[in-house]
Amino acid sequence: MIPPEYYVYLAAGLFTVGVIGVLTRRNVIVILMSVELILNAVNINLVAFSQWFQSVNGQVFAIFVITDAAAEAAIGLGLMIALFRNKETVNADEIDLLKW
Amino acid sequence: MIEQVGFFILAALALVSAILVITRRNAVHSAIWLMVTLASVSGLYLMMHAEFLFAVQVILYVGGIMVLFLFVIMLVNLDVAVQQSRFERHWALAIAASVLVAAEFGFALYQGYHGHGLALAPSGSAPLTEGNTQAVGTALYQTYMLPVEIASILLLVAMVGAVIMAKKNVE
Repeated sequence: MIPPEYYVYLAAGLFTVGVIGVLTRRNVIVILMSVELILNAVNINLVAFSQWFQSVNGQVFAIFVITDAAAEAAIGLGLMIALFRNKETVNADEIDLLKW
Repeated sequence: MIEQVGFFILAALALVSAILVITRRNAVHSAIWLMVTLASVSGLYLMMHAEFLFAVQVILYVGGIMVLFLFVIMLVNLDVAVQQSRFERHWALAIAASVLVAAEFGFALYQGYHGHGLALAPSGSAPLTEGNTQAVGTALYQTYMLPVEIASILLLVAMVGAVIMAKKNVE
């Protein structure tokens, strides 16, 4: 059996890659993909500890996280289409309607 | 032994493809590498005996969410974005913040590993004898019935919200 530390290290690595993606990319769609990476890192942790404690609760929480990811993707991509229709761009730099 | 080899292959695949997701210029390539990451994570679920989550990951993420992403990438034109710089102006500041996050993770993991170590499984919990899907289903519909209902309302709200935001304004 793989020790749970390995999964925790892997999840920390994936989370950091996701954070770098969210902070550095300009394309809003790629930023949404990086959020999916972050949520997957969280899920790996939940399932690893679910296996370690021989309890199914972690997997149930992972299912709720996946539900959230689906809702977030639907809302985010709907926003993206509305934004592209109004501003003709998917660049995070050019989306500054709320800045003054 | 073979389990360890499988774990390291899947973990390396997940990490390398995750790095490729955030560095590719073309968003379609990013989406395809994200599929590789999600598929390797689903392989990890299989190794952790979470067979139901493996199926959910493949059907919902690789099959559903990624198709949604590809649709939207095709709807918004890429030609302008491909020629521009991939990274935003303040990327150095962003990298510094990410290094800070990574350092915090490293510190917390180091402290956790050398300080306490992981607690063993509580003595009361019996190992799972029934099938994984059966166990997850029982937990979902007995212990977590109210959260399941809340999640279904969340999905309904997300669906209505996505339709309202994406539709054209009709006066």
